[in-house]
Amino acid sequence: MIKFDQVSKRYPGSHEALRQISFEIEQGSLVFVTGHSGAGKSTLLKLIAAIERPTSGTVLIGNQNVSKLRPAAVPYLRRKFGLIFQDHKLLYDRNCFENVALPLYINGVSGNEAGKRIRAALDKVGLLDKEKAMPITLSGGEQQRLAIARAVVSRPSILIADEPTGNLDENYAAEIMSFLYAFQQVGVTVIIATHEPPAGAPAPHQILQLDHGVLNNAALNKGVNTHEAVA
Amino acid sequence: MKQWLNQHTQALHQVLGRMRLNLIATLMMCCVMGVTLCLPGILYVIVDNLNRLAGVVQNEPQLSLFLKLDASAETIATLDKQLQNHPDIKSYRFENKDKAWQQLQLNAGTAGVANSLEKNPLPDAYFVYPKAIDPDTIDRLQKEMQQWPGVELAQADANWIKRLDAVLKLGKKAILVLGVLLGFALIAIIGNTIRLQILTQREEIEVSTLIGATDRFIRRPFLYAGALYGLGGGIAAWLILAGVIQLFNFSVADIAELYASNFSLMLPQPIANIAMVLSAVCLGWLGSYIAVGRSLARLKLN
Repeated sequence: MIKFDQVSKRYPGSHEALRQISFEIEQGSLVFVTGHSGAGKSTLLKLIAAIERPTSGTVLIGNQNVSKLRPAAVPYLRRKFGLIFQDHKLLYDRNCFENVALPLYINGVSGNEAGKRIRAALDKVGLLDKEKAMPITLSGGEQQRLAIARAVVSRPSILIADEPTGNLDENYAAEIMSFLYAFQQVGVTVIIATHEPPAGAPAPHQILQLDHGVLNNAALNKGVNTHEAVA
Repeated sequence: MKQWLNQHTQALHQVLGRMRLNLIATLMMCCVMGVTLCLPGILYVIVDNLNRLAGVVQNEPQLSLFLKLDASAETIATLDKQLQNHPDIKSYRFENKDKAWQQLQLNAGTAGVANSLEKNPLPDAYFVYPKAIDPDTIDRLQKEMQQWPGVELAQADANWIKRLDAVLKLGKKAILVLGVLLGFALIAIIGNTIRLQILTQREEIEVSTLIGATDRFIRRPFLYAGALYGLGGGIAAWLILAGVIQLFNFSVADIAELYASNFSLMLPQPIANIAMVLSAVCLGWLGSYIAVGRSLARLKLN
């Protein structure tokens, strides 16, 4: 599904954010990307979501080589992903319904079909009664749930969340995590970046531990073969 | 196909909604474009109507051939033959000096002047109507006839038409120059407006790009906005033009009456009106395309 082979990423004018990363993620697995801030978690997620291109090495997403992809084809690859950001990236000039509608509009879905899917997504995260509300009136946890609804409304096969609970207190954080686990239960590949793997994570799950841009091979994996190539 | 149509109606819907929200700003924008566009439009109307006026007068250009006072009957006969055989001349009329003198004396208005003169000051004259009416032919004919023996003065009444023609040519060139310059101004105005809109919708563009929007998807509403501004500007320009012509026609009618004419200013041909509006739409689209292209490139660099 997702395969990294000897991937390095260097930003112009700075150190290497990632060094010689190799791993593989199976369809439908639950993956945690862990490490301290600045370890390269966000960069790794950006490489998976084709937001960044690797400086060297190969990133394969469902048999497509991201670095060889034409720029015009990148948007279509990105539609396979549902993205959840730490800062939500919600649009505050429109209500909840319209926020969730955006990915569908991008895919050219509208009308009744869109309405049904938007309400289904809002229902899944428990915000069906807030569809007319403006995002700014929601609590932090509700805003993150809205972001999840937006990420899943176009039924992506891969869900990527960059520190989705970073700004939330423990109760909300557990709630958000349980929503994400629920999607993994129905076959979606879920990749979550966090400081620490949460205690209540269901097994099996895979952990990619980053330390200063290097993948720590000794990371604990509960019931998963990591397929790590030896560098 | 349905999806494609969907995306276009969505973009249009979105743009129209935004324009309705900022109705006053949108109308101001259309006014600015209308005023800019109507300047070459007004010049076009002036030149177009002068052309029409020239056409009315130009129907019967004539050359007057005044003979020398001592021209003999033989000379007149030779001239008659020359005129008859000339390939460029449609018809001609001979005006006998004695007959003209009689008329002058009989005419109540001029009788006093004529009677105070001792002898007939009028020469024999030919009035010549050429086949072609273009200034060049008339000019050539006039020069040729001036050389004929017995001719004191060959006078082309088309002289002022020639000057008018030159002025009209100048006017057409001025329209072109003004049109091109103001076209650039329009592209700049629309480009700037669209650029500001992009800045206010920056977040939306960023999020859309992250979740898989193509450049075309992002560009589409702005292109529609540019084209719609162009459309509004074109229609505003037409309204201004129609208003200006209506206003001027009150005075023009007064002047025309003095010349016993029913001349009045007319709007350009429908095809010219449509061309004006369409070119405004195209300029709007172009200005927007340039602005979006530049802004998208900058957003991507960040």
